[in-house]
Amino acid sequence: MKHTLAVLVENHPGVLSRVSGLFSRRGYNISSLVVSETEDSSVSRMTIVVDGDEKIIEQVTKQLNKLIDVIKVSDVTHDETVDRQLLLVKVNADNSAKGEIAQLMDIFRARIIDIGKKSLIVEATGSEEKIDAIIKSLQPFGILEIVKTGTISMVRGAK
Amino acid sequence: MELNGAQILVKALEEQGVDTIFGYPGGAVLEIFDALRESSIRQILVRHEQGGAHAASGYARALGKVGVCVATSGPGATNLVTGIATAYMDSVPLVFITGQVAKAMVGTDAFQEVDITGITSPITKNNYLVQNVQDLPKIIAEAFYIAKSGRPGPVLIDIPRDVSMAKCQYNPYRNVDIRSYKPTLKGHPTMIKKAVKILGEASSPVICIGGGVINSGCSAEVQEVVELTGAKVVSTLMGLGAYPGNSQTFQGMLGTYGNKAANLAVQSCDCFLALGMRFDDRVVGNPEKFAPEAQIIHIDIDPAEIGKNIPVDVPIVGDLKNVLQDIIKLLKKDHKVRKTINFPNRNIQINEGLNAPWVLRNLQRVAPSNTIVTTDVGQHQMWTAQHYIFNQPRTFISSGGLGTMGYGIPAALGAQLAMPESTVVAITGDGSFQMGMPELGTIAELELPIKIVIFNNNTLGMVRQLQHYYCGQRYSFVDFKKTLDFMMLAKAYGAEGLRIEKEADVTDVFKETFANRKFTIVECPINSRDLVNPIVLAGNGLEEMV
Amino acid sequence: MLGSELLLKCLEEKQVKLVFGIPGGVVIPLYDVLKKSNIKHILTRHEQGAAHAADGYARSTGKVGVCFATSGPGATNLLTGLATAYMDSSPVVAITGQVAKAFLGKDSFQEADTVGLSQPVTKHNYLVRDANEIPDIVAEAFYIATHGRPGPVLIDIPKDVFTQEVSEIREPKIRKHIITKLEKPVLNEIQLGKALELLKHSKRPLILAGGGVTQAEGSYEFLRQVAMNNEIPVAVTLMGKGVFPADNPLFLGMVGMHGTTEANWAIQNCDCLLAIGIRFDDRVTGKLEEFASKAKKIHVDIDAAEIGKNCAVDVPICADSYDFLKMLSQKLRGIKINKDWLKQIELNKSIQKVSHSHLDPQEVMATINSLVDEKTIVVTDVGQHQMWAALFVHPHYPRGFITSGGLGTMGFGLPAAIGVQMANPEKKVVLITGDGSLQMNIQELALIKQWNLPIKIFLINNGYLGMVRQWQELFFNENYAETSLEAGPDWEKLAQAYGIKGKTLRTPYECKESLNTAISSREPWLMDIKVDPGANVFPMVPAGCSLDQIWGSWKNEAHVSSLG
Repeated sequence: MKHTLAVLVENHPGVLSRVSGLFSRRGYNISSLVVSETEDSSVSRMTIVVDGDEKIIEQVTKQLNKLIDVIKVSDVTHDETVDRQLLLVKVNADNSAKGEIAQLMDIFRARIIDIGKKSLIVEATGSEEKIDAIIKSLQPFGILEIVKTGTISMVRGAK
Repeated sequence: MELNGAQILVKALEEQGVDTIFGYPGGAVLEIFDALRESSIRQILVRHEQGGAHAASGYARALGKVGVCVATSGPGATNLVTGIATAYMDSVPLVFITGQVAKAMVGTDAFQEVDITGITSPITKNNYLVQNVQDLPKIIAEAFYIAKSGRPGPVLIDIPRDVSMAKCQYNPYRNVDIRSYKPTLKGHPTMIKKAVKILGEASSPVICIGGGVINSGCSAEVQEVVELTGAKVVSTLMGLGAYPGNSQTFQGMLGTYGNKAANLAVQSCDCFLALGMRFDDRVVGNPEKFAPEAQIIHIDIDPAEIGKNIPVDVPIVGDLKNVLQDIIKLLKKDHKVRKTINFPNRNIQINEGLNAPWVLRNLQRVAPSNTIVTTDVGQHQMWTAQHYIFNQPRTFISSGGLGTMGYGIPAALGAQLAMPESTVVAITGDGSFQMGMPELGTIAELELPIKIVIFNNNTLGMVRQLQHYYCGQRYSFVDFKKTLDFMMLAKAYGAEGLRIEKEADVTDVFKETFANRKFTIVECPINSRDLVNPIVLAGNGLEEMV
Repeated sequence: MLGSELLLKCLEEKQVKLVFGIPGGVVIPLYDVLKKSNIKHILTRHEQGAAHAADGYARSTGKVGVCFATSGPGATNLLTGLATAYMDSSPVVAITGQVAKAFLGKDSFQEADTVGLSQPVTKHNYLVRDANEIPDIVAEAFYIATHGRPGPVLIDIPKDVFTQEVSEIREPKIRKHIITKLEKPVLNEIQLGKALELLKHSKRPLILAGGGVTQAEGSYEFLRQVAMNNEIPVAVTLMGKGVFPADNPLFLGMVGMHGTTEANWAIQNCDCLLAIGIRFDDRVTGKLEEFASKAKKIHVDIDAAEIGKNCAVDVPICADSYDFLKMLSQKLRGIKINKDWLKQIELNKSIQKVSHSHLDPQEVMATINSLVDEKTIVVTDVGQHQMWAALFVHPHYPRGFITSGGLGTMGFGLPAAIGVQMANPEKKVVLITGDGSLQMNIQELALIKQWNLPIKIFLINNGYLGMVRQWQELFFNENYAETSLEAGPDWEKLAQAYGIKGKTLRTPYECKESLNTAISSREPWLMDIKVDPGANVFPMVPAGCSLDQIWGSWKNEAHVSSLG
């Protein structure tokens, strides 16, 4: 099962390689990883989605905790969280298809952000399921290129 | 036929034309050594894996083939690291095979487990952790292709023990095609035209040969370009031998410890043609003051090297041999052949006596013409580069980029196995010698006729020299008290031991050294105060030598 | 003050008295000021030697061992030493020079990505970019190396940071989250209660003590009390040798692949296994699923990540072995063990059978063991001799047996022995080594005479890479590929080349006499002990088998049934 780990780390060079090195060294599987600065510029936050059973996740958490540069690890899988991915997708679109795509994207509250002669680019944010659904809905038109981020999560409430 | 992973590995190595491997057995590679025994591949049991890595490097560099070294997991693998890094910095084509604990135990800190692919990712061209026995033929074919193509370098294959034991059908893998790895071999025509124009119009061109000339095997092309342009030739440490050192046009090595003539030629030239070199800090001195008058043409197979350390006027990415052939064609078509210029003889003054330059001259006089010289790292290395004349590619083998003490003796071991007919001389210092000592056992066991010449000053001479210049002659922690009797040591290993006591002995001792095909250790005491001169001090341009 | 001077000042404040190392280009500014400090520098002959020596220093004292090396090959030469220290949780701080900041990442002369290379084999590492950070970094490095589960830390310092002028020296500060992370875990009362409950109800309890007990200063006495007050037998791992007196009848010796038959039998037949400061390594457990399968398991370790990593346990306790044993010694009294338990173990004791045609390694070990006293520290290399030593040579105290366990590094012995002797000038240091291992760092022999170190080198010479040969004999139809070292050096002459007394021993009588002479002298000796080249290490549990599948040439009759 997929677990989402929120990891606070020191924001300095080399930390990412320590974390990714740990995963490859111990044979853990990263599904996605997002890193960015937090409200405190000396701290970065990694959102790591890992595939594995409880035993593996426990080891991952413990091993991450052993890294000196890791400040805090929380498994937010079972917490109430808001999860988002960002998607950019370039789709084949002649003039007739453009309207159809625009309508379709409205349903998902996705936006068309660039229109070319025979293609357009759609931008969307949402949970992994929503993003997957958008991609599926665009497939019949012919997808030329996809870029998407991993999941970022935030725990709801005052915490 | 079903084979186990180890047998498939050996078959695939045979397919690659491997005839010799260096190695040290251990728990995780038992199957591999068991399979090797059934093959025609010669196995050399070294005494430390570091020696194995360096020996494979000496073998590869003497022969121009891919060298192979096998080690067990854990300490076996970590012992290779210095050797891998050394090969990486000097672009030596090597394939390392390490055993790993069984897949199920990877990541559990098992006995003799170490993350060797993680450790070596900064110092290999590529590395593999084999997950599946079916993948082995492809991985091995790729590893050899990557090691020797483009800019050569070391590749490591980590094989878990259960993969060595697992069985499957062996299907040779021959057509390597890696979509993310396609070295550029042909130079860009526009750039080549530009280069030719500059070369043709230059009045005082200098051609600098680097290790790439040896890797590309284009010494003949270089000679032709020299003849067509009337250029002076200088060399980096790695390029020595790629152009005849006894030629009038050759000015010697450039750089921090370069020959005076070479450095002056570089600083006054109007065109600097850099062939397969990487403008290392030890080559350029202060980059802002390097070749101030010159338009710089840089040809290298590695695009990342171009413009990395020095801005260049004409960058050309491609295999040197190809590019030089194109340049020669255009030069012949568009430009008149120049008259050969007679350069003044680059005479280096040497004082007679028991100093390394003079002893090296005498060594050269007595040594057979087919001699391959390996060196260690330190003063003796620079003295050899300055004063020993190398006329053939692959006759000078030394650790350039990483500057690894302890390289010379195992490299000599590899070179001698590669070239059994040649005379192999390892020139070393007392500090380096001690770092390469374990392999004396291997040389003795194989009864190889290697000649080791130790310049003994009972100190880490190069560090001492740096302290001389940069620390106001305060010498700290460089002196070895006389703790080692080299002649007795020679006896312990069954080698001939010869000691040069005085100036008058030199010729006789070297005559005796080369009179037979025995393992010989020659000790030559020198003064610890001797310095490598000239030297370009940090921050200076190459013409500012002291 | 220069960065280099500041570094030395910080090291002095950390009570560093001794460092091992080799100078080189980029560390010249450091070495230039080293003479002015109170720190003694030992010039080794290869950086690998420096790392192992620092490790030996650390293991024998529990204090941080420090080594210096230059950039590039100097740093890469440390790697095996760091990995060795990492696997055995030894507090080593390595300080490496790096090319000046402006040259970083340009493949400069003697540049290597030391921080990247050493990441998998250090607890933590630093690249210092500003000399002002030195006090903080040194303080953190020493804290990290010694706190929680100890381990090596590397500090990489560019040349221009050594020469950087520092005007204001900061008070060293350790980041808060690091302190929290590595603080001693509080012993959980509930878990302790569960452990007590299990132990109280067990009939056939067994304690298995590892390196964690060695590391936890002062736990020796408490372990003794716990065992003796309750008559619980004690087995050890390789890293735990010395934590329990070997002459005590409750002592069963080492467990695992080359464990004693009685220790392995006890593991497989106990009903409650108290494992303290061990990590259930594959060499210890054999086939994991069948390891101590009849027992409830209690696992005490300071490293939370070790608990449940390899072996599922009934009562996990994340604690320092000292705290745990201290509490246990107070709370565990009068458990009623099955009377037959100790007797049965006794019945499974192995019987030594000695061959008389050659000098038998076991006999040599027995001789060495008879010479070991409370002032002796035994250091070994890796291979057959290591296992023989582990089986038959017993130190009197923790830190009295120093060996590379987790990484199994051949060549560890000689430099480690040098570090041990340097740290403990009043102790007798005995190095038990093999002909393959000794050749790996042979260059360090130079230090023995130079510093007049009275180390006794007992070379168990069988002319083979014996352990590999043993596996080839047992599992590869005697296909002896690449293991013969018969053309080895003449060890007597080699010793002589270094001004060390050397002697070749071939008979039991010679052996007894000469080892005795060596031990009682204040001089270094190299004894080339020619043992039976065909001797194997038994008992042995083949890899992947469970601990009751013991192969051995000598065993008790009663035990034969379980051999299958």
